[in-house]
Amino acid sequence: MKHDSNQFKVTRRQALKTGAAVSVAPLMFSKGVWAANNYTNNPGYKSTVTLGFNVPQTGAYADEGMDELRAYKLAVKHLNGEGDGGLMNTMKPMNLKGNGILGKKVKYVTGDTQTKSDAARASAKRMIEKDGVIMFSGGSSSGVAIAVQGLAQELGVVFMAGLTHSNDTTGKDKRRYGFRHFFNAKMSGSALGPVLKDEMGTDRKAYHLTADYTWGWTQEQSIQETTEGLGWETTAKVRTPVGAGDFSQFITPVLNSGADVLILNHYGKDMINSLTQAVQFGLRDKNVGGKNFEIIVPLYSRLMAQGAGDNLKGILGTANWDWQLQDEGTKAFVRSFGKEYGFPPSMAAQTCYVQALLYANACENAGTFYPPEVIKQLEGFEFDGMGNGPTEYRAEDHQCFKNVLVVRGNQNPTSSYDLLDIVKEVPRADVEYDASIFGGELGPYIV
Amino acid sequence: MMMNIFSKKSAPRLMLFFAIGVLTMPIWLDPVGANYPDLLQKFAIFGIFAIGYNILFGLTGYLSFGHAVFLGVGSYSAVWSFKLLTMNVIPAIIFSIIMAGLIAAAIGYVSLRRSGIYFSILTLAFAQMFYNLAYSVLTPITNGETGLQLTMHDPRIIDNALSRTVETGLPSTDFFGISMNGYSGFYFCAVMLIIAFYIYLKIFSSPFGMKLKGIKSNQKRMKYIGSDTRPYLIAAFVISGMFAGLAGSLMAVTDPLAGAERMQWTASGEVILMTILGGVGTLFGPLLGVGIIKYLENIFSAVNDSVLHSFYSFLPQWGENLLVTITAPFVGEGWHLTLGLLFMLTVIFLPGGVMEGFQKIKLYFQNRNKPDKSNNSSEESSNV
Repeated sequence: MKHDSNQFKVTRRQALKTGAAVSVAPLMFSKGVWAANNYTNNPGYKSTVTLGFNVPQTGAYADEGMDELRAYKLAVKHLNGEGDGGLMNTMKPMNLKGNGILGKKVKYVTGDTQTKSDAARASAKRMIEKDGVIMFSGGSSSGVAIAVQGLAQELGVVFMAGLTHSNDTTGKDKRRYGFRHFFNAKMSGSALGPVLKDEMGTDRKAYHLTADYTWGWTQEQSIQETTEGLGWETTAKVRTPVGAGDFSQFITPVLNSGADVLILNHYGKDMINSLTQAVQFGLRDKNVGGKNFEIIVPLYSRLMAQGAGDNLKGILGTANWDWQLQDEGTKAFVRSFGKEYGFPPSMAAQTCYVQALLYANACENAGTFYPPEVIKQLEGFEFDGMGNGPTEYRAEDHQCFKNVLVVRGNQNPTSSYDLLDIVKEVPRADVEYDASIFGGELGPYIV
Repeated sequence: MMMNIFSKKSAPRLMLFFAIGVLTMPIWLDPVGANYPDLLQKFAIFGIFAIGYNILFGLTGYLSFGHAVFLGVGSYSAVWSFKLLTMNVIPAIIFSIIMAGLIAAAIGYVSLRRSGIYFSILTLAFAQMFYNLAYSVLTPITNGETGLQLTMHDPRIIDNALSRTVETGLPSTDFFGISMNGYSGFYFCAVMLIIAFYIYLKIFSSPFGMKLKGIKSNQKRMKYIGSDTRPYLIAAFVISGMFAGLAGSLMAVTDPLAGAERMQWTASGEVILMTILGGVGTLFGPLLGVGIIKYLENIFSAVNDSVLHSFYSFLPQWGENLLVTITAPFVGEGWHLTLGLLFMLTVIFLPGGVMEGFQKIKLYFQNRNKPDKSNNSSEESSNV
């Protein structure tokens, strides 16, 4: 055990591995050499199995990344039968036994994606090639998620996506080896539409500021479809670089554009900065043609609410999950996370924790770690008690379908975590869509 | 200052040792946990990048702050070659080197009108320009922040004409049938590094290399003796850009994806760090710098608390916790801190980089071995 994780000593196993690596080197990792029982990082008769947690520890999405890591550590504890078991008490159907996965103790390795595709792939490759992970998970940027999902397919290791909201992740860039529990921009749009109509009417002019990458593009498109469906006009759509820091040059033109709604397709620190600056520029006090100027943040999280402070009060958005939900699963997870770290989990933490458990459960169901069998267990898997009501992993695109929350920045927070009010829990049926609308192909089971 | 003189005879032996050293990397890097294909490939690829950079910075003394542009151009060219022509890596590499060379000629033509800090700033400006082009303006070519990737429906004209198509999933890059994943990818990069190193060695010891060194030591004097330095500078810049293009294409060969962050100024800064850390103008210095930085980036950044705890587990509980608390800020996401400290120590105490450290150790042992001839040896070294 100690020797395994100690990388500075040569063990007999490492020496053997080197010999094997040199002699069969040209064949390793090349496609088509795996027989049915031999696959990437088969744990074989080892007593442990390693999972990889690849999250942004630096960059614009670092806050989310750190919370994801906390959730993963908690999930590993629970899988190994330590702690209070968390969602393993409420998840159903469930085959987990609290003795690791298939009787093997779960270990984990971590990596920093730096919110960059290159760095994320390098880190994921290290996990797969060096640390021998059987599954990796994480990410807080759709660009990164799509990049590592491609890698997962190439190398034949399952990727359980963390926080990624772009339609492309399970749309045109979907992969057989990639799974997403989190909701997406299309679902945000469908959930937000009726609420926007009630609150802001049908005669509005929207101005988009959009993070310039896959997530921003698809969210902008989905929200635009929704708002134009309500009869709104779209004044302008402006792309901003990720991690820009200063958004004042993008916000000044909004003032004179004639628009009366600003839609911020930003996330993480970017959203904190752009919203804070928009409020400082007096946008929310403005009155355009008799209508109060409104700001919408389609994707919302409590971590961002903490950063944006008072600026977020009263602003509408959507969320995948919130710790104030009252179902059994949510309560169990919040209790368990709070006991470990002293504060409630974010939605990024929840999705990552659930993903780890879902993967482990699929392995138990399949009775093997062999990826094609595990994937078949996850496809079409229906479960409940994980905090979002009855949920289904749709087989056609590996997207989870569940209730979506429309939330609003709390006007009178009672604590520094009580920042979001749940406006509406939109039922799953209202956000479902046809899997074929985004195109894309999952690819083969055996790579 | 050292390593400058190579007799014609020692060159083949040097190449032989170098080739053996590079090809056996999987064996001698295993004890330090660096034996896995991705990191080995990075060592070889950034080795090419750094020795290419050393041709410009080490020999002529011109500090370019924009070399990552050529790395990025190389990657984008290679991925486009995979998308449009064939998954075979040879056309991709050739195409990348040519594209990087062309862009280097254009940037070099403008930037080399100035020297010193003005040259550095010009190259930095170009780098920032290219980065922004790739990031937002040229999105149809570069796919912006998401990065350029292969898709199932790429034309791949040559592959389709020869009906070399894959039934399912994405094809992988290959060298006439040998897949470029994993260790075979490393060996391919290693051979490229050996070839690049051979060219580099030849440039170092050639009259052309002497001219470049002349420019570094005194460009004015070079001009007074009637030698036009500009063509030599442009040639050095283009060659160095082509090395970077080769490195960029190999990054795409081992992992067919190109992102704009490869062209960011931090990437240009990284190669400067590598060169200075290892030893500017020395033959092996840049390679050492690559090894140190890539090792820190990939191994140190992955060390978390639980790894530290098991590393110190031989100590009593309080000692273990104390040492973990002390060490933790320097590993994991704090690896930049370690790199910064290392860089400062090197620059302050060993301005010639790690190579100077080796040289000092060598001198120390030489002097200790012949204590009676200590007077002679100091004379010898002054002669050399």
